[in-house]
Amino acid sequence: MELLLDNISHHYGDFEVMRDITLEIPAGKIVCLIGPSGCGKSTLLRIIGGLEQPQQGSVVQIGEPPADSLNPLTYVFQDFALLPWRTVEGNISLVLEEHGIRGKRADEIITAVLMRTKLADFRKALPKQLSGGMKQRVGIARALAVNPAVMLMDEPLSALDSQTRELLMDDLIALWTRQPFTAVYVTHNLQEAVRLGHRIVVLSRRPGVIREILEIEKPLTDRRFGDSDLESHQKHLWTLMREEAMASDMELVSV
Amino acid sequence: MSEATLNTARRPVAFRGGGFAPKTMRWVGPLVFAALIAFAEYGTRAGFISNLTMPRPSDVLATFITLWESGLLWQHLLPSLTRLAVGAAAGAAAGIAVGVFIALLSYIRAALVPLVAAIFPIPKIALLPLFVIWFGIDEGSKYALIALGTFTPTVVATYGAVDNVDRSLIRMGQSFGLSWFSIVRKIVLPGAMPGILSGLRVSFAIAIILLVAAEMLGAEFGVGAYILEAGSLYDLERLFVGVTILSILGVGVSSLLGLVEKRVLGWRV
Repeated sequence: MELLLDNISHHYGDFEVMRDITLEIPAGKIVCLIGPSGCGKSTLLRIIGGLEQPQQGSVVQIGEPPADSLNPLTYVFQDFALLPWRTVEGNISLVLEEHGIRGKRADEIITAVLMRTKLADFRKALPKQLSGGMKQRVGIARALAVNPAVMLMDEPLSALDSQTRELLMDDLIALWTRQPFTAVYVTHNLQEAVRLGHRIVVLSRRPGVIREILEIEKPLTDRRFGDSDLESHQKHLWTLMREEAMASDMELVSV
Repeated sequence: MSEATLNTARRPVAFRGGGFAPKTMRWVGPLVFAALIAFAEYGTRAGFISNLTMPRPSDVLATFITLWESGLLWQHLLPSLTRLAVGAAAGAAAGIAVGVFIALLSYIRAALVPLVAAIFPIPKIALLPLFVIWFGIDEGSKYALIALGTFTPTVVATYGAVDNVDRSLIRMGQSFGLSWFSIVRKIVLPGAMPGILSGLRVSFAIAIILLVAAEMLGAEFGVGAYILEAGSLYDLERLFVGVTILSILGVGVSSLLGLVEKRVLGWRV
């Protein structure tokens, strides 16, 4: 299944958030959305998953999601959004219960996704017992459990320290390599973008428009921390964003 | 270190980060009770507290034991406990339900918030005559009075608690396609539980006050009736037995809620 963002514009009152965004999300690829803070990238992600309605334009689904996909458009949240009163296992079964999957079948799915995210030993733990990195692994496991057609990742690593972020990036690459998934990955971290993105979409500051789309051909598995070609991509992105970021930093927020 | 720093006076940096961190001290509370009772006992025996001002604690205890042995204790306590349980449970259940609806549905919120604000300050006991006509002279009116008294504070606590549930969790539920009912049951209610339970502490204390008031106005048995009878005979020992039973009831309800909190809210950091 592919997604097409068709001419999307959005504003809150007089406050224009984004204008004429047209973008294709190809199947099996990770598309990174980057931009200065307040460029509407998280709003755009909410629009893509149907949590918010754009004033203009629409998100079009091309083709059918796989038959076994319980929740085709599935989010991974920056703040993890785990229920603190449920264990790791309970947090995952929450999204399965809704589709009538209980008992042995739920158990199999939970075991499988916990294995894939290296969480097998933490099955009965409560979120408060887990480190930030482990919490986000639970968030990813929960997303994998519903077998999404497109993963919508809203700054999934931004709440983590840089070492943990490095580890989770490796995990995400390993997950993608084993079984390629389609993802829209919002981040403000250029390093994450060049490591994980097949396609990097640079948004300008408010009102957000697409400034440039960068394709990186190098396979995800060959990308390493500190690769010189990735560094040069990252530099290029930073020159694109530098002034925008400065300008958005100086702006007075009037909402 | 340079010559200059070596020769100047030195002193340690004073600690100023203490306080503002309450510790648990189990024995202090009982000690305060024991000290007060011992003081009353000593005062009444030594004579500087007259019998008219305060009954002797040991006499109160003796009266309590007689009450127990005669079997009258249960005759008074059982109806009271039943009234409290039925009334408070009905009021709390209705209060939680209405509170959740007020918090989640805009129309109901707009319609009921002013109404609840209007009912809240009415002394419920003033409505007892009305309730006697509506629900009958016997148990019905007492249940209704206690239920109404529990209802309003529970509503206010519940909708405040639901308003404070983390919106990002609700959005997560929506993003995974959970139904409205599932979101309420699995996300909103557990998330609001800390606030609801602390609201129930207040509600149940009010329920005990109303229980006694209702029993004073018309009941043959019950702790309230017992206290009223003792009061009108100026029997201070029995009066204090009744008051002590109420205090113990309050402590019991509160520690029961404490147990529930411990079980239900074990997930809290």
